[in-house]
Amino acid sequence: MGAPLIYLDNNATTMVAPEVIEAMMPFFGEQWGNPSSIHHFGGSVHRSIDRAREQVAQLIGASAEEIVFTGCGSESDNMALKGFFAAHGNQTRIITSAVEHPAVRNTARYLKERGATLVELEVDPQGCIDPAVFDQLPIDEHTIVSLMWANNETGVLFPVEAIAVKVKARGGTMHTDAVQAAGKLAIDLRSAPIDLLAISGHKLHAPKGIGVMYIRKGVAIEPLIHGGHQEAGIRAGTENVPYCVGLGVACALALKHRSEENGGIRRLRDRLETELLSRCAGAKLNGHKTQRLSNTTNISFENIEGEAILLHLDESGIAASSGSACTTGSLEPSHVMRAMGIPYTFAHSSTRFSLSRYTTVHEIDRVIEVMPGIVDKLRSISPFVGKESHG
Amino acid sequence: MWEYTEKVRDHYLHPRNVGEIEHPDGFGEIGNIICGDALRLTFKLDATGRVSDIKFKTFGCGSAIASASVLTEMCKGKTLEEIKKISNKDIADALGGLPREKMHCSVMGQEALEAAITFYESDGKIAQPAQKQGRVICTCFNITESEIEHAVIENGLTTIDDVTNFTKAGGGCGGCHGEIQKIIDRVNGKTPSPAIPVSKAKHLTTLQKIDRIREVLARDVGPILAQDGGSCELVDLEGNTAYVKLQGQCSGCAFSNMTLVSVIEKKLHEKISDQLIVKLAE
Repeated sequence: MGAPLIYLDNNATTMVAPEVIEAMMPFFGEQWGNPSSIHHFGGSVHRSIDRAREQVAQLIGASAEEIVFTGCGSESDNMALKGFFAAHGNQTRIITSAVEHPAVRNTARYLKERGATLVELEVDPQGCIDPAVFDQLPIDEHTIVSLMWANNETGVLFPVEAIAVKVKARGGTMHTDAVQAAGKLAIDLRSAPIDLLAISGHKLHAPKGIGVMYIRKGVAIEPLIHGGHQEAGIRAGTENVPYCVGLGVACALALKHRSEENGGIRRLRDRLETELLSRCAGAKLNGHKTQRLSNTTNISFENIEGEAILLHLDESGIAASSGSACTTGSLEPSHVMRAMGIPYTFAHSSTRFSLSRYTTVHEIDRVIEVMPGIVDKLRSISPFVGKESHG
Repeated sequence: MWEYTEKVRDHYLHPRNVGEIEHPDGFGEIGNIICGDALRLTFKLDATGRVSDIKFKTFGCGSAIASASVLTEMCKGKTLEEIKKISNKDIADALGGLPREKMHCSVMGQEALEAAITFYESDGKIAQPAQKQGRVICTCFNITESEIEHAVIENGLTTIDDVTNFTKAGGGCGGCHGEIQKIIDRVNGKTPSPAIPVSKAKHLTTLQKIDRIREVLARDVGPILAQDGGSCELVDLEGNTAYVKLQGQCSGCAFSNMTLVSVIEKKLHEKISDQLIVKLAE
């Protein structure tokens, strides 16, 4: 390959920030104490976790005691739904959407098999949900609404704050999978009446293996993991100290860079999107154009297949991702594309480019340079491209 | 990302024989855009009956492109008899192997080739492989009982996951998993075939056997052959060997005769007895 690698798959995972690695290192070495111990080995470690908890809380406008460290975003989503189900039993009603991450989607379906009532809301062709829908839905104190703040494939935003107001007014509980939103969007839980919120460390330049469950004061959910008194008794197990510290620093960095990033990243994303849509044959944007994360673009190329696109991009040292069936071993294209009603001629080629604060304009220009050639080549192989012109 | 071999990579980056031959001798098309992959194969034979040119177009992933590309290389210069012997396993082997989840790409190549050969041998009247006929088991991907059987036998498959990897059957809603398991069990001899017990068949007199065979030919086999404008009749019965005569468009074509005989035999096994053998009447 030789060429420098260009990483545009930041919705899958992100590079661990050098500052994060540096902050974590002492906790693999001299600071190895147990934060629960009363002696001085534990004391300083405990203070470091407290600081990290405070840093996470600041990112989302919460208070430190509302932050529970978990193993990952999926654990947090599971904790929210299963923890609610454990408290409400078969009276539980889960309202979610057809485009959720599997961490929510499959957990909700699992709970349905166990007796919960499940409503999966459709999205419109842009991937959006109208908050007015919630005026018609049955919501009571046994209802948990779980909607992702930002979609991982398209970046499309759900109006979770407006929906939360409606849900709370009728006594329901509001959970949001904010795995893609945290660090990218301004989140302030002092004004947004959200009860439960999931964060994943590795989507915001912390390492894999650490997540957060925000639980609003006064909201009762049952723990998934029973044991010691760690994390206010809601998540037993000795804390993963270095990772908690790393996530804290990652959140502080995200807060520091957030506004400048959204401007800079958005300009690069828009440049990429505009050029690809105009230069590549049969290209079409998936998802709402403005109600969207600033780092994500998802484009389909008519009558070609996504894995073949990714393999050719990879040859040019470019990492992206696809909603194609073939990339995962699943045989059907992404449930998000299907829920949006994207026709199969486009769904199999949906290609996602997701940027980070480390993305440069040179990288973006390189993608703009190679992509039209890849599309042309694959179209020349496609049996469906000839058919198009025959009408 | 998949672990593709260098050979696979070479073929998807530099596919050989891309395109479509005008007025081809053989034309086969398998798959569609909903299923996520499709392959169109066309070939020409020279005066000596060898493949002089062969081209493909495919909509699909890296391994689909590579399977089609390597298949065209395997066919060039070969006789019809030689290319008939190419199995999906041969295609995968020529690529140095495919990830298990991608084996259906090699099956797609083999089926498109078989379709193209059938097209040639039926003078352009039939353009699908014999396995595509018969009962559809997986409605999500339109996969027939006979395609699944073929893949199970050819590749020694033992699990539903494997059948999905090789044919896609069962990879959608999953509603056909029970049916797939039955086929696997039947092929691998774990459960008795749905034929009536042999002991019972032994009790049938020759006359009874003839009646039953005629009944099965009319009710179960006739409609399959009628799809392609053909028909068949029972000419004679010697012990457990039934001699049948094929009529209509498929008669006289050695390849489809072979296929049809096995279709008829399977039906007789299902409905009457697995002792019965079907042969073409001279």
